[in-house]
Amino acid sequence: MSEKIATRDVYGQTLVELGRENNKIVVLDADLSGSTKTKLFSKEFPERFFNAGIAEANMTGMAAGLAAGGMIPFASTFAVFAAGRAFEQIRQSIAYPGMNVKIVATHGGITVGEDGGSHQSVEDLAIMRSLPKMTVLCPADGPETGAAIRAAAAYEGPVYVRLGRGKVPVVFDQDCDFTIGKGVTLRDGSDLTFIGTGLMTAEALKAAEILAEENISARVVHIGTIKPLDIDLVLKAARETGAVVTAEEHSVIGGLGGAVCEALAEGFPVPVERVGLRDEFGQSGTADELLSHYGLTAAHLVEAAERILARK
Amino acid sequence: MLTDQQIRELEETARHLRVEVLKMLHTSQSGHTGGSLSAIDVMTVLYYQRMRHNPSNPAWEDRDRFVLSKGHAAPALYACLAGCDYFPREDLKTLRRLGSHLQGHPDMNKTPGVDVCTGSLGQGISQAVGLAMAARLGSRPSRVYTLLGDGEVQEGQVWEAAMSAAHYGLGNLCAIVDQNGLQIDGATEDVMNVGPLGPKFLAFNWHVLEVDGHDIQAINRAFDEAEAETERPTAIIARTVKGKGVSFFEHKASYHGVAPSDDELERALAALSLR
Repeated sequence: MSEKIATRDVYGQTLVELGRENNKIVVLDADLSGSTKTKLFSKEFPERFFNAGIAEANMTGMAAGLAAGGMIPFASTFAVFAAGRAFEQIRQSIAYPGMNVKIVATHGGITVGEDGGSHQSVEDLAIMRSLPKMTVLCPADGPETGAAIRAAAAYEGPVYVRLGRGKVPVVFDQDCDFTIGKGVTLRDGSDLTFIGTGLMTAEALKAAEILAEENISARVVHIGTIKPLDIDLVLKAARETGAVVTAEEHSVIGGLGGAVCEALAEGFPVPVERVGLRDEFGQSGTADELLSHYGLTAAHLVEAAERILARK
Repeated sequence: MLTDQQIRELEETARHLRVEVLKMLHTSQSGHTGGSLSAIDVMTVLYYQRMRHNPSNPAWEDRDRFVLSKGHAAPALYACLAGCDYFPREDLKTLRRLGSHLQGHPDMNKTPGVDVCTGSLGQGISQAVGLAMAARLGSRPSRVYTLLGDGEVQEGQVWEAAMSAAHYGLGNLCAIVDQNGLQIDGATEDVMNVGPLGPKFLAFNWHVLEVDGHDIQAINRAFDEAEAETERPTAIIARTVKGKGVSFFEHKASYHGVAPSDDELERALAALSLR
């Protein structure tokens, strides 16, 4: 896991590849094409790129209209603006009709960094997960992002994809697959299960290594699809290991932790520790400082594992 | 230019559609009377004279599109669609009933002939912009029409959409504002005066026309002029009367979302069929 790649960079490159393969792919942005990396697409396919300017609500509606006209739109901006400012437009014009629109939000979570709490989305997964018909993806790394974007393009219906800003460790092989609705067991284990999403999956793998030195066997499951959740895989892990620690760069309310707890409460209740932001907004700082400050590191996951083993 | 005979026929159609709207709302006892009646004449000209559409093939790719941005006027749209044989007239009785394909606001997945879901104000025009972009990308001859309320244009998104339509030079887009001057809380100019509308669209680089929204010939002529303009989107500010066609509904904000009672239906039908 020494190599690091930014998921947004892979997004931009994958869009260009998709654009070459399918002339129905169109891309929209709201004056952030340099940051979301959709600029790569705009340079090669200017006629299929629409900059909406600083007007996310209209961008969302235009994307819906383009889909109604038979195109496959990818609409991009930062996660706070996509899921926040344009929420009702996504609800009414995309989710309710089930439009074939892909909303790809970059700069998710607190690793946006120095821009501070106003620009750090800690609630977008919860918001999008609550929308009927919406599929919600949160890939772990660069390679999985490429596969997830391809899966989203091939899928018929609304999809929200959450990406980050900074470079994150590579977990998956370059030619990995992505199946919407399926989680992946990255490491087997019997004492407890880490369930991670986004960049926290890499931290879970590191935490499992640390625990192995203490002769604690931790399973690591990666959930790249927050919705629909791979309930079978989650229940299997709960049955076989008897304890679950969730890990997400997001509020513990309503995102991965919320989804896992709902599934376990209905299917196979076991002790759960949710690692994430605890009902709080972020603040300015470097990405690494913020991850450490808000308890989102391998060391924090090890502590959570020790707490849960005591409860088991 | 429509002949006198064509005008008479369209006026007769509009009268029938008003009757359908009133009966539909009376049966459902729920829905928006005033804004459906004010929009009927513009929609009659669109569905029965201007738009290229094929009720036996609602998904025909090259069809013109209609986006009812003021989605609460759904009864007017359903009357037009049933009148054009998209579905049986009998279905109109199911408006707003559980399990009906005629939802309180237009639903593309339930009603044949409805092109997009609308109802949350200000969003339809953005979708119309996207549809116009898609038609151009596909080199299709489709024209896209969207009907907005004059209260609806208080939504900021309308002006975001207006900006984008002009920026992208969407000559195949025509927005009509049903300017009946009333919204739920009262007169539009009292609630939030967004006027003057024509100059606002003009300032956003639209081609702007103002017409009497109940004058069939004038409405049709405006659509001729809109079609002749290929570089800019066209806004038609249609001056209308809320509740048009039924004297005791006219000019009353209180009939925005109220269905006719038994007595009101009887009087309204009598008035409409006498004309």
